Amino acid sequence: MSDPSLRQTPLATLHLGDRKTSPAHDATVRLAEKIFIAKINLRADPSNRKLMRVFEKVLGFALPLESNTTNGKAVRSALWLGPDEWLITAPSSQEQALFKALSEAAEAHHLAITDVSDARTVFLLSGPNARDVLEKGCGLDLHPRAFQTGCCAQTRLARTGVLLHQTSDEPAYDIHVSWSFAAYLWIWLEDAAAEFNVTIVADDG
Amino acid sequence: MKRQRYRLDVGARIDRGKTLRFSFNGKSYEGFDGDTLASALLANGVRLVGRSFKYHRPRGIFSAGMEEPNALVQLGSGAASEANLRATQVELFDGLEAASVNCWPSVDFDIWAINDRFSSMLPAGFYYKTFMWPKKFWHQYEKVIRRGAGLGTAPELPDQNIYDKRNQHCEVLVVGGGPAGISAALEAGRAGARVILVDEQAELGGALLGNGEHIESRSGVDWALAARTELDEMPEVHILTRTTAFGYYHHNYILMVERLSDHLGAPAGTLRQRLWKIRAHQVVLATGAIERPMVFADNDRPGIMLANAARTYVNRYGVRPGNRAVLYTNNDSAYHAAHDLAEAGVRVEAVIDVRPNPTGEGVEAIRQRGIKVLAYHALVGTVGVKRLRGIEVLALNEKGDGFSDGLQRLRCDLLCLSGGWNPTVHLFSQPGGKLNFDELKACFVPGETNEAVIVAGAANGVFSLQGCLAGGAAAGREAAAKTGLEDPGAPSLLPVIPAEEGPITPVWHLPPVSKGEMRFVDLHNDVTASDLELATREGYRSIELVKRYTTAGMGPDQGRTGNMHALAIVADTLGRSIPEVGTTTYRAPYTPVPYGAMAGRDVGALADPIRMTAIHGWHERSGAVFDDVSQWKRPWYYPRPGEDMNAAVKRECIAARTGVAILDASTLGKIEIHGPDSAKYLNRIYTNGWSKLAIGRCRYGLMLGEDGMVMDDGVTSRLGETHYFMTTTTGGAARVMAWMEDWLQCEWSDLKVYLTSVTEQWATLSISGPNARRVLSDLAEGVDLAPESFPHMAVREGKVAGINARIFRVSFTGELGFEVSVANSYGLALWQAFQRVGEKYDLTPIGIEALHVLRAEKGYIAVGHDTDGSVTPGDLGMDWLVSSKKDFLGRRSLARSDSIRPDRKQFVGLKLEARVPEGAQIVSELRRRPPMKMIGHVTSAYDSAALGKSIALALIERGHERMGETVAIPLTLEGRVVKAEIVSPVFYDPSGERLNV
Repeated sequence: MSDPSLRQTPLATLHLGDRKTSPAHDATVRLAEKIFIAKINLRADPSNRKLMRVFEKVLGFALPLESNTTNGKAVRSALWLGPDEWLITAPSSQEQALFKALSEAAEAHHLAITDVSDARTVFLLSGPNARDVLEKGCGLDLHPRAFQTGCCAQTRLARTGVLLHQTSDEPAYDIHVSWSFAAYLWIWLEDAAAEFNVTIVADDG
Repeated sequence: MKRQRYRLDVGARIDRGKTLRFSFNGKSYEGFDGDTLASALLANGVRLVGRSFKYHRPRGIFSAGMEEPNALVQLGSGAASEANLRATQVELFDGLEAASVNCWPSVDFDIWAINDRFSSMLPAGFYYKTFMWPKKFWHQYEKVIRRGAGLGTAPELPDQNIYDKRNQHCEVLVVGGGPAGISAALEAGRAGARVILVDEQAELGGALLGNGEHIESRSGVDWALAARTELDEMPEVHILTRTTAFGYYHHNYILMVERLSDHLGAPAGTLRQRLWKIRAHQVVLATGAIERPMVFADNDRPGIMLANAARTYVNRYGVRPGNRAVLYTNNDSAYHAAHDLAEAGVRVEAVIDVRPNPTGEGVEAIRQRGIKVLAYHALVGTVGVKRLRGIEVLALNEKGDGFSDGLQRLRCDLLCLSGGWNPTVHLFSQPGGKLNFDELKACFVPGETNEAVIVAGAANGVFSLQGCLAGGAAAGREAAAKTGLEDPGAPSLLPVIPAEEGPITPVWHLPPVSKGEMRFVDLHNDVTASDLELATREGYRSIELVKRYTTAGMGPDQGRTGNMHALAIVADTLGRSIPEVGTTTYRAPYTPVPYGAMAGRDVGALADPIRMTAIHGWHERSGAVFDDVSQWKRPWYYPRPGEDMNAAVKRECIAARTGVAILDASTLGKIEIHGPDSAKYLNRIYTNGWSKLAIGRCRYGLMLGEDGMVMDDGVTSRLGETHYFMTTTTGGAARVMAWMEDWLQCEWSDLKVYLTSVTEQWATLSISGPNARRVLSDLAEGVDLAPESFPHMAVREGKVAGINARIFRVSFTGELGFEVSVANSYGLALWQAFQRVGEKYDLTPIGIEALHVLRAEKGYIAVGHDTDGSVTPGDLGMDWLVSSKKDFLGRRSLARSDSIRPDRKQFVGLKLEARVPEGAQIVSELRRRPPMKMIGHVTSAYDSAALGKSIALALIERGHERMGETVAIPLTLEGRVVKAEIVSPVFYDPSGERLNV
């Protein structure tokens, strides 16, 4: 295993600790980077029941089969990305073991398991005004009637693509953004949140 | 002079306790909170507010809304200045500064008014007819004409305000906050729908704010306020005032602009406007109607306005728009205006009605007041130039198409016109909604549409208050029900006593009484009835062409008040019906939208994303000069103190050829390919064969489009039995991934292959040069780097600097090279580790300019640089990469006659006397001046340090046959020419010895 102390996030150059924000208690928008979340991209045939059971056993829950939904237990989640594609997320400490367990359990099947932990980083956006911030740059209907906790979507936010995942009714969202676009999107989010009381947390891993 | 001497003492929606100071054309005035600039000017007795577009005739305030054709003003100064705002829409604020547009030196004395004297010489199409000959003089004419015909002035300083955007979805969008829109929102809201109610005014009420009508025992204004209270209590109802829905696009996508601080003067640094992007399940359009004027001679004098505008000034703003009024109408609504004017103390001299026998409650009420009603009469002229002083009236003849004798003159300073009403169908029509002509109401009403939209109230041709309330409520319930929400039950509709209205008799135009009189149809563009008649005489038939020829309906007001008359006059003159002539096309925006609102926050640093690699910060700190490669910032070169670009690039090239260089190659596209059919799949995607590639080996591949032209290239490696790893060009990464998925999902779904994009997962460093292995061996663990066990075009996995890595022995420089890929979060650590161990080898960071020089010396193509989508593998001399044993994308196109013609441009090298620019044309027969036959062009050109001279790559007709020929590259018309010899594109190490060490 590589030495984790060597790792840096795509926001390292922005020095988030130095950003001016409101005190946390009266903030209506909370913005943080959830650093080094383990992410495994899965591609497999959902009609392969045997394989689906294998995944369920390793993960502790079934892969979601309904479009734009998620499933999860404790700190692990599976996000539906397409009819034969999912993203598994977990704490970075589980990255190697989970990747190995999935690969070995499913060895005999046609599938693709790819470590994409560093392909994207995850921002946390939460608070009473979180949806207002997203609505500035996202064309999706995020009202609770259309998008609730447990929903996910691959969409556009500002001028970049994101994977959006609502994680609580507060509401709170995980925003997965490509490494190279992360600094741009962070600056955009700070700007969009500026009219509200925003608190910035450097590391919410 | 008494301040605001036309102001009423009581009533209206203004706050007399809050005085606001403002200036117009340099003079100071006072108004009240709740005023518009127009109402405040009228309150102060200012009648002359602008000059017309073409003839510079004096003009006054004509309307009380967005349809205003005359009172265009320039607001503010410097960066905050804005042109062509309608004074009727500008909310008054303290310190407002406004000026008339289109007049010089002043609105009172305007030099260009001379155009009015010679108006008979400036008919429709005058500019087209006069200034088009001789053609080359237009540029001279244009300068003068522009000065005379311009409107306001665009600010030249950067905008000091903030603009924002919001997306919003709803079940029911209601456009228009008048009685119909409010009723619709109430009903949809009560059904539980997510409702957005939008209105361009500062408060809800619409027509109720200006017409003084009552709903049950309450005033219309109080009814609207109560409705607002109820709507505000509904959590899913969102009301946006000062917001204009200006664009209606397919699938109920509506754009709106909200004005947040314009009414406060939009102080610098504040959020001024917000663009709303609405996606609605159902739309209710309750956009109201716009009153039409009447057409007669000199109908444009200051003091002439729409009847409903006069009514609005009295009721909403507490302003008498004149002292002595005459009304001229063809329908009943003017009588209500006459009533309200009389109530406000205006002396109403007469109502002139073109109808032979006007009836209806409103008419009777006026007669009972003792006000003269001149039925079957028409206006034939006005008295006064800068200010209306009187009117001229004639009785109509028996047929109603001309006049009887007996001219009457009436004194007045206010003339109110009502030519009927046009439903505001702009938004309805924008996405293709069809209009039907309603003969009875003499207007176009909404017809068929493909959108989920309901039109209610006056916008639907229903002009009574009762009808608007009922129609709006029904529309709101229907819209909510269509989104699956339950009907809340019986409508809670208030009974309104319907007033009996007499029918309208449209008299679109009457013949001129005297020669040369100006009967204006389009006040904004100075288009007269005679201009339209002339256009039809000259052969124009299509209303779209008449519009462009005469300019009727063009410009900021888009002919809101005049279009209906224009097309009726054209129909009349051509002897066709109005529906046959039809309307011009309605397009967004409904009213002008500032560019700032469209840009939103996508300005400055947020204008476009900058993509950065994991090592970007190091590059910056090391003084790299960056080059834009699509959205990426890539180090171009790293100048040392005192170095210019040439010197830095030369030093970097020498380092790679003689020592060792390091390059950030993270931007390359990367795709993981998994599955038992991967090799089969690669065989179809690439031109060359992949069946025999061994595990642990890499191969260069060429990708063609279906047209047989080179689309992308890169190295693909086999990592396992069914596992491959592809690299693409930086710019092609996303496109190639989408292309490959498309083929896999749509055409070859039988293949068991999965693709996963990992461009962003890996940081890739390229180490290149004779010392590359030495540097790498200081950091690599668990990998045997010896040439026998790790040959060129092989891949190994191991650790580098303690980090899990994939090591590819590949080269784009022609030197011994390794590409080391690690997970992105380790990219900087790896780069820094190389810097540490590289010190003793003088490891040199190089940018992409040096890389380009090095690859060009080797004759390696750069797709998109040496190719342009019209180049086949054969043209590049890469036939050896095209397999004849299998099928692949683009193969069939390679057999097209055009793909195999012998005179195609082919890829060659050029030995040059001097450096030439890329894109320079190549000729075989040099002449003194163009034209010369061009046989090709330079695709890449560099100064080669290794060769000590300038080299170029080029595409030249039959280039492969021309080896050794000398060609010319003419660079300037003054005769600067560079001679070149056609050679092989491989300038350096043609045998490839340096790769295999």
